[in-house]
Amino acid sequence: MRCRPHRLPIRLGVLLVTSSTALHSAPASIDATLELLAGADYLADRSLATVLFLALRMGRPLFLEGEAGVGKTEIAKVLSQTLGRRLIRLQCYEGLDVSAAVYEWNYAGQMIAIRLAEAEGTGDRERIEHDIFSDRFLIKRPLLQALEPDTAGAPVLLIDELDRTDEAFEAFLLEVLADYQVTIPELGTIRAEHPPIVIITSNRTREIHDALKRRCLYHWVGYPSAERELAIVRAKVPRIAETLSVQIVHFVQALRREDLFKAPGVAETLDWATALSELDVVALDPATVSDTLGVLLKYQDDIARLDDGKVKSLLDEVKAELRAAE
Amino acid sequence: MQPPEPGAEGRLAENILYFARALRAAGIPVGPGAVLDALEAVKAAGIGTKQDFYWTLHAVFVKRHEHTILFDQAFRLFFRRRGLVEQLMATMLPQVKPPGADDKPKPAAQRIQDALFANLDKEREEKRETELDARLTVSDREVLQRKDFAQMTAAEIAAAKDAISRMVLSLDAVKTRRLTPHRHGHVMDLRRTLRASMKGGGQLIDLKYLGPKTKLPPIVALLDISGSMSQYTRLFLHFLHAVTDARKRVHTFLFGTRLTNVTRAITARDPDEALAAVSAGVVDWSGGTRIATSLHDFNKQWARRVLGQGAIVLLFTDGLERDGDDTLAFEMDRLHRSCRHLVWLNPLLRFDGFEARAKGIRAMLPHVDEFRPIHNLENVADLCRALSSHERSSRDPKAWLRQVA
Repeated sequence: MRCRPHRLPIRLGVLLVTSSTALHSAPASIDATLELLAGADYLADRSLATVLFLALRMGRPLFLEGEAGVGKTEIAKVLSQTLGRRLIRLQCYEGLDVSAAVYEWNYAGQMIAIRLAEAEGTGDRERIEHDIFSDRFLIKRPLLQALEPDTAGAPVLLIDELDRTDEAFEAFLLEVLADYQVTIPELGTIRAEHPPIVIITSNRTREIHDALKRRCLYHWVGYPSAERELAIVRAKVPRIAETLSVQIVHFVQALRREDLFKAPGVAETLDWATALSELDVVALDPATVSDTLGVLLKYQDDIARLDDGKVKSLLDEVKAELRAAE
Repeated sequence: MQPPEPGAEGRLAENILYFARALRAAGIPVGPGAVLDALEAVKAAGIGTKQDFYWTLHAVFVKRHEHTILFDQAFRLFFRRRGLVEQLMATMLPQVKPPGADDKPKPAAQRIQDALFANLDKEREEKRETELDARLTVSDREVLQRKDFAQMTAAEIAAAKDAISRMVLSLDAVKTRRLTPHRHGHVMDLRRTLRASMKGGGQLIDLKYLGPKTKLPPIVALLDISGSMSQYTRLFLHFLHAVTDARKRVHTFLFGTRLTNVTRAITARDPDEALAAVSAGVVDWSGGTRIATSLHDFNKQWARRVLGQGAIVLLFTDGLERDGDDTLAFEMDRLHRSCRHLVWLNPLLRFDGFEARAKGIRAMLPHVDEFRPIHNLENVADLCRALSSHERSSRDPKAWLRQVA
């Protein structure tokens, strides 16, 4: 195809009314951010609230890194829910390319259009080309969707597990994250009128390039403290017995101090709490722990390491610790 | 922290600027853009408590989890009292020396000398080799000393570079799930097909195809720097520097009694600079070996981060383990199962009568895919040949075990 002159950037938001954004505006302070998250049962610590507040305020993407199951993805869901924005999720995988992440042309439709134009004998080549590379035949994928205006305000764009893609895709994201724009050769540059709220997560199975991180605010999401984890368990599993929840949290916290290949995350704690409350357990005992260990630990080596004796001694430790605290 | 009085924006900007410089000196890459961002962030968040101020600056300046510790120290020192910046730089980074204290020869000096006195150098080189031979004993204590190994001769560098440029690793390309234009591909490339057909006005539709794309897998090198390996480490590091130069994804770890990640240090363009940076970051040079402990650390801290996407692991060690227990086999097994291909490069194989009798070697052998020799330590070309050699008998680790059994 011939080189086409670059057109002026298309501003997708120009024609639409943009007054409704004020309805769910971003929080005004760090405390307001904490409250907002707590309203949706997401109990963040102050450092996370600070960085989230800044990301919203400064219009920067937020890059969250941390072990699996500490609630990175959940933040995007909670944000979209509390701010009433649309959640657009781009799950990354190896081999993710532009046609799956940004846009694709509707080839079947284009073929028909070409055939029709031929059959009618109308239109010259320029005209056909212009027609088939238009908005009508453009299939929008998550990144392009996120740049479109939304009546509820700019959407939340979740780019999940970025470490699963390759470097080539990362490089592509640079344009999107720095200027909130996408360039389609046949159409020109599409720029978002209102930049989306971008949350990027990574499990750190490889290092993300500094060039991309530089454009984001970075935060490492760690395991919560015992008090906060207890609050999370009680908020998410409301029907759990009081003593059981305390024991669960302290047992998991003790487990994280052990030399394990993969320590259990908050998601595992919640799964375990749900499982035990479904089993109508009121207090932890070695047999129950051993039977349900598969909910917490996902590696055979780790499970083998925690034999009956080890579970019992760990449990005794936790109980002694709790008695001492009373 | 000194809470800047309201309205004193100039002081705040100045403070942040100095703080950014301190961070830079401590090894956190902070660009000028980050300072502007920090100022904007502090204005947006307002200065409430010290904690909020801390996390506000953290959000902007820290881009890597491991930098949090450096940031924390810098923040504490900097905002406790002013005027501590110089002391801060001195205490936080041991390798930053005040100017004038450096009495060692500059890394590049050796090469200039070589260029001037090419003939005289041979004698000296032989002398140095004999000096190194005395170090073959494994010291029981961890030798907490820094050894300057950046003085490689120009001839050696040239030979190494030359040999490495000819090197072809036999298991290079791996298939990815990404597709690329391909003459005999298996998926139709509609985008290209349509564009191509538009050239002729849509009359002819010439089908274009996509096929799988191949790329070089990441290489992870684990290099033993204990006393018994000290003759080889410098050579191996040069080899790894060249490999890192040529390929994008190479991670290098050194281990003696502890594991050190030197990936960043080794990426410096100049080999002298790179090796100097590496030696500055290592504390257990030429000490004892704890292979099992080091592998355990690697498996726990790094395996998931660097072994994705079909990595090849090159393990440079003689396998002479000091702690003799079952954990070595366990950790080797773990490592083997986390990577695509595990190659063990053992310099002991240069001896003709080598047999896999040592306990450490017997524990490790069942868990490697290839067991390769490095015959000649003076010649990097041999090392490369060893890496791409196809002799089945020397490669198959099981053959060595059968030989002894």
